[in-house]
Amino acid sequence: MAMGLGCTARPGRSRENKTGSWRVFRPVFVHEKCTRCGMCTTVCPEGCIMEDEEGLPVTDYDYCKGCGLCAEECPSEAVEMTKEEK
Amino acid sequence: MKEDEAACVLFDSGHRACAGCAAAMVARLILDAAGKDTIVVSATGCMEVFSTPYPETAWKVPWIHSLFENNSAVASGVVASLKKQGRKEKVIALGGDGATFDIGMLCLSGAFERGHDFTYICYDNEAYMNTGIQRSGATPYDASTTTSPSGRCSYGNKRPKKDLPAILAAHGAPYVATASIAYPPDLRKKVEKAVNTPGPCYVQIHAPCCTGWGFEGEKTIAIGKLAIETGLWVNFEMEEGKVTRVKKVVRKPVEEYLKEQKRFRHLFRPKRNDDEIGKIQAIADRNAEKFGIDIQLKK
Amino acid sequence: MLEIMEGSHAVAEAVGRCRPQVIAAYPITPQTHIVEALADMAANCEIDADYITVESEFSALSACLGASAAGSRVYSATTSQGLALMFEVCFNCAGMRLPVVMSIVNRAMGAPLSIWNDQQDSISLRDSGWLQLYAEDNQEATDLHYLAYKVAEDHRILLPSFVCFDGFILSHTYEPVDTLTQEQADSYLPPFRPYQRLDAADPVSFGLFASPDYYMEFRYAIDQALDKARSVIPEAGKEFNEMFGRDYSGLVEEYRLDDADVAIVAMGSICGTVKDAIDEMRDAGKRVGLLKIRCFRPFPHKEVRKALSGVTTVAVLDKNVSLGSRGAAALEVRDALYGSGVSVQGYIIGLGGRDVRKRDIASVVAKAEAGEGDIYYGLRQEVLR
Repeated sequence: MAMGLGCTARPGRSRENKTGSWRVFRPVFVHEKCTRCGMCTTVCPEGCIMEDEEGLPVTDYDYCKGCGLCAEECPSEAVEMTKEEK
Repeated sequence: MKEDEAACVLFDSGHRACAGCAAAMVARLILDAAGKDTIVVSATGCMEVFSTPYPETAWKVPWIHSLFENNSAVASGVVASLKKQGRKEKVIALGGDGATFDIGMLCLSGAFERGHDFTYICYDNEAYMNTGIQRSGATPYDASTTTSPSGRCSYGNKRPKKDLPAILAAHGAPYVATASIAYPPDLRKKVEKAVNTPGPCYVQIHAPCCTGWGFEGEKTIAIGKLAIETGLWVNFEMEEGKVTRVKKVVRKPVEEYLKEQKRFRHLFRPKRNDDEIGKIQAIADRNAEKFGIDIQLKK
Repeated sequence: MLEIMEGSHAVAEAVGRCRPQVIAAYPITPQTHIVEALADMAANCEIDADYITVESEFSALSACLGASAAGSRVYSATTSQGLALMFEVCFNCAGMRLPVVMSIVNRAMGAPLSIWNDQQDSISLRDSGWLQLYAEDNQEATDLHYLAYKVAEDHRILLPSFVCFDGFILSHTYEPVDTLTQEQADSYLPPFRPYQRLDAADPVSFGLFASPDYYMEFRYAIDQALDKARSVIPEAGKEFNEMFGRDYSGLVEEYRLDDADVAIVAMGSICGTVKDAIDEMRDAGKRVGLLKIRCFRPFPHKEVRKALSGVTTVAVLDKNVSLGSRGAAALEVRDALYGSGVSVQGYIIGLGGRDVRKRDIASVVAKAEAGEGDIYYGLRQEVLR
């Protein structure tokens, strides 16, 4: 690996750190209850909740730390936190 | 691309913030508002550390960190440099409350007085979190921190929060605003306004810290909302030194906010301290009067 | 064209011809005449620089750091307490590999407060990773700025540089100086070409933190660049000499050293006095010479050893002191000559503006020959009582 002169780095490298391994509780998105309001995407500190073609939330579990903000803030209680099975 | 999808584009996943971190939300939301043609100058602090352990960076916009207390001065230089090169990128200086209220105050004041065209954003989590929850000039009255602990002869932090928005407005800043991660659309709107207003602008964002304040990570937004609903944090805008917009609320008693956080637990246990809770209620009452935040309900 | 000018004004003119795009400076005696002259040039559109009137030296260098990272050539000037206030930023500029050039108008460090000359200020930053060049006279002080930019911005180096010259003794003295024309300056110093910069079209993160897995390698890389400067500085000096007929190709410079028994080692304006003293001593039959250190960082150990291997005694003059140890140059010279059998004596001299005369130099030589060294020279015993 070439050193970044002066301790610099190019974008993209933080993705090598898979923070999903931190997770204790796993958010499960109940699409039947989802109103596509986008709240979960907006509040996710990891920026790892995307919307699929239908506007429904999908999580990148490689990065989800399981903080539970999406479940707490979902106005239609469409996110359930379940104990992570490893 | 939908607006909400864009939110995760410029601040990448894989950063090492605590689960439920408000500062990480701040990074994402402000870049969402400012866009990709933005240069960010960060102070030393939690956000800097959790986003840039070499060789990883979560920043997808040009980003620079120099020292704890010089982000405003570095930003001054960046602004001057861009001007000389005829470049149009926006410049955001970013710091926590320690960097902003305390150690970086000299550089901040100098940069605002000189009128550089940049936006200073403070993510205010009301203590030095990166070093282990020590009090800062932004720590609220009676909050217990590791350097203002509650004890047999202490109720925690002895002084109220420094009024930094007023200080910067007094420098002649054209736009000063407070925001909260509890209200993302409002936050984004204010940042967008700040970066598009010529001259030095300031946005102070309330960023509840689950680790430092003592609450569960999933409650970050709920706690932020309670701060506003109790009048202990006021979301407002100041244009040319005058308050032009304020978020109004039907106020709740301050203890609804205080009792949810470990940093105020000494006010309730081992026994309830009505005197001190009363003093904090008085702070909220003064805020309410000063900013006129109370919604008058019809009887 | 030869002109009689104040040192500060000659330096300001040279800096202007280096075409800095951003200047940030804070006033401090005896640096003020430089930054006033540059402000005047900016106010009259004689230079095309954004001049930031910062609220402290700390912000001056911080603004330079930001401006440099964003891709501009930058300049600042300071001295003494101002430089001390920049301490943190100095280490940062070097660590972030930003080619800032800064004039240091050498002045003593308080307390006690002193506005007069010695070299304690820049010497105290010797470990910060900056190149340090010291000028003997105003011609050299002027020319070294072109050289400093050339070397600092060289992609093999990418380090910041001090150009040091003595406060008042040079900065406020009128001497004939041959200033380069803008065309000459441009032909020597090309426009700044940043190695990397803050740019939305090609985002880079600057100033990450390094864990123990990486930190040492970054420090080593700075040292490697400084080592490379040991050959890049002579290269740049040679080119300057070929173009303008003034030779700064040596990291050190010898004066009547060939057959000398005793060598004096010194830096800065004191070298002029030493040369006059040497001429007198030579007339009296003493074989004395001078080794002038032009480049203190990187320190030219090899060149020093080579130049001094033929002498029996070396007297090092230090206008600084590493309190609790010795003068900085004496320590370096002793290191360079370790095992050579040459006797190295150190003299702390001329602190806080105390005048150093020709007879003091002769007296130092006599002490060195007598093996009396590692002392403060010229202390007033009646004050100490």
